[in-house]
Amino acid sequence: MRNLPSVILLSIVLGFSGSVMAAGGNVHLDKAPGDLTDTESLKRGAQAFADNCLSCHAADYMRYNRIGRDLGWTDLEVTEKLINTRGADGEKTKVGELMKIAMDNDYSSVAFGTKIPGLTVTARAKGADWLYTYLRTFYLDDSRPTGMNNLAFADVGMPHVLWEKQGLQKAIFKTEKGEDGNDKHIFEKMEIVQAGTMSVEEYDAYVGDLVNFMVYMGEPMQLERKSLGIKVLIFLFIFAIVAYMLKKEYWKDVH
Amino acid sequence: MFKSLMTWVDDRFPATKMWNEHLAEYYAPKNFNFWYFFGSLALLVLVIQIISGIFLTMHYKPDGAMAFASVEYIMRDVPYGWLIRYIHSTGATAFFVVVYLHMFRGLMYGSFKKPRELVWLFGMFIYLALMAEAFMGYLLPWGQMSFWGAQVIISLFGALPIIGEPLTLWIRGDFVISDATLNRFFALHVIALPIVLLGLVVAHIIALHEVGSNNPEGVEIKKHKDENGIPLDGIPFHPYYSVKDIVGVIVFLMFFSLVLFFAPEGGGYLLEHANFIPSDPLKTPEHIAPVWYFTPFYAILRAVPDKLMGVIAMGAAIVVLFLLPWIDQCKVKSVRYRGLSFKILLTVFIISFIALGRLGMLPATPFLTLLSQIFSVLYFGFFIALYFTSKNEKTKPVPERITK
Repeated sequence: MRNLPSVILLSIVLGFSGSVMAAGGNVHLDKAPGDLTDTESLKRGAQAFADNCLSCHAADYMRYNRIGRDLGWTDLEVTEKLINTRGADGEKTKVGELMKIAMDNDYSSVAFGTKIPGLTVTARAKGADWLYTYLRTFYLDDSRPTGMNNLAFADVGMPHVLWEKQGLQKAIFKTEKGEDGNDKHIFEKMEIVQAGTMSVEEYDAYVGDLVNFMVYMGEPMQLERKSLGIKVLIFLFIFAIVAYMLKKEYWKDVH
Repeated sequence: MFKSLMTWVDDRFPATKMWNEHLAEYYAPKNFNFWYFFGSLALLVLVIQIISGIFLTMHYKPDGAMAFASVEYIMRDVPYGWLIRYIHSTGATAFFVVVYLHMFRGLMYGSFKKPRELVWLFGMFIYLALMAEAFMGYLLPWGQMSFWGAQVIISLFGALPIIGEPLTLWIRGDFVISDATLNRFFALHVIALPIVLLGLVVAHIIALHEVGSNNPEGVEIKKHKDENGIPLDGIPFHPYYSVKDIVGVIVFLMFFSLVLFFAPEGGGYLLEHANFIPSDPLKTPEHIAPVWYFTPFYAILRAVPDKLMGVIAMGAAIVVLFLLPWIDQCKVKSVRYRGLSFKILLTVFIISFIALGRLGMLPATPFLTLLSQIFSVLYFGFFIALYFTSKNEKTKPVPERITK
């Protein structure tokens, strides 16, 4: 019975290992090459995000100038590089505003059959690896309205926006008998049908930067959080020693 | 100067009297061990939650159209808003961790037994209020899991015959979870339930200080007093346990900080990934799981094939805990002097509870459902077996006084 506490604690820890994250079915996810301390990568990612995503997808919990402050751009640079919208008054969107888009939900619901999701915290919902895989696994599929399907997101509504960069690819599936006796299509590999403006490595790096930025945007204070955490732990550690000595001093007369 | 001020106050309000009764002259057994930290820690977490909650309330908008965005506003635009939000979200988990360990301590050392039945009952009501508080708080971020988790739990009331459907309508204030539901849950979460909780905590502590604390030996220290009426094996709570509890508080805060600063999402167990998607009544998430502290009961619910019977089983799993002081009829309190049967039963119970907690997180496949059924039977089996074995348990002799 003595070691019951440790047994229980151990089982709690073991019981909590593993992850409940199930974003895209059983697709193998490639590891995203993210590094939040790599400011240059984040800047490239921010640019890619503004150039490719920010016309249909909003990031409307994030402010433009926050990106500038965190990544080291002046307000003027942020305005020139990232802002492409105007307000109702015709003036260019201000740098302190939220990253909204011009398209309204009613239009996108008709055009794409769904409300287009905002992307501010998508990296936290889906995970970096899922995004990295998703943006690299569009393949030709004539049965889809956009002519494209996706490995990570089956029957996706979004067209392959980056196709000019990546090129067009065809997915090769092999057919196997599943345990239930039905045929199962198992993905084997991609084959480039039409080359894009980027090589495979360049495209992977481009998407890697974009995903890195989205991870940053999902929780912009991540690095600050960890550095503050270390300071707090150091403080608590010192406090713990003092408190323990105080306790020992008082308890001398009990034993 | 200070003394005359205190006299002035004491003539009008029993400040010194209360200080002495509950701290400086409250005699606690001298042999409290590790397990006795969790009561004061639960109080600490309650304070943390109330203070962080007050600051969140200053910026949060309980409005179906604005709630999700206001949480992200807190995370980004409010200075140190992220810290306050993570303190509150981590605090919810910390609350249940310390409360579960606190309850386990009571179970292990028989702290619920005569004369502490009311201490246990007040504690159980705190636990119940805490579950309601956590459930309603989880709706407020207004993400997919907030929405669908509440949808699933509220629909459970619909299983009740006749009153079921009108009852769910009454709880939601609408035919689906909506702005009306969010608003009332906000009111209950920030006002009604905290008041109930605070009242119950006061009652819990007053009841405890009336009868005195139990201890790992399960010996009543009040049986042996010196000529001044002070228990021979007791020491004043302050300063001895106040300085000891400070050590516990700091160690606790270290673990708390590890989660808070380095893993606030807790791998998707504390802040579920799907809750970073704004609530959408038209899209059901593929896997709806409650937060970890509810999963043991959720697993029991799913283990029963019939919905109404499942709800009854889930309710019974909680109600049966209230009855523990009358189920366990053994006169010996501490596990240290109880028979082998109790030690086996307690171990099986803890394993079942943890296993059910794990199973409640996973999708219900036929095999896992079977496991849930087995562990549910063991969960209830603990109480049934305890009722029949505890009366004639082969116990060891309990020492008269605290020796170790």
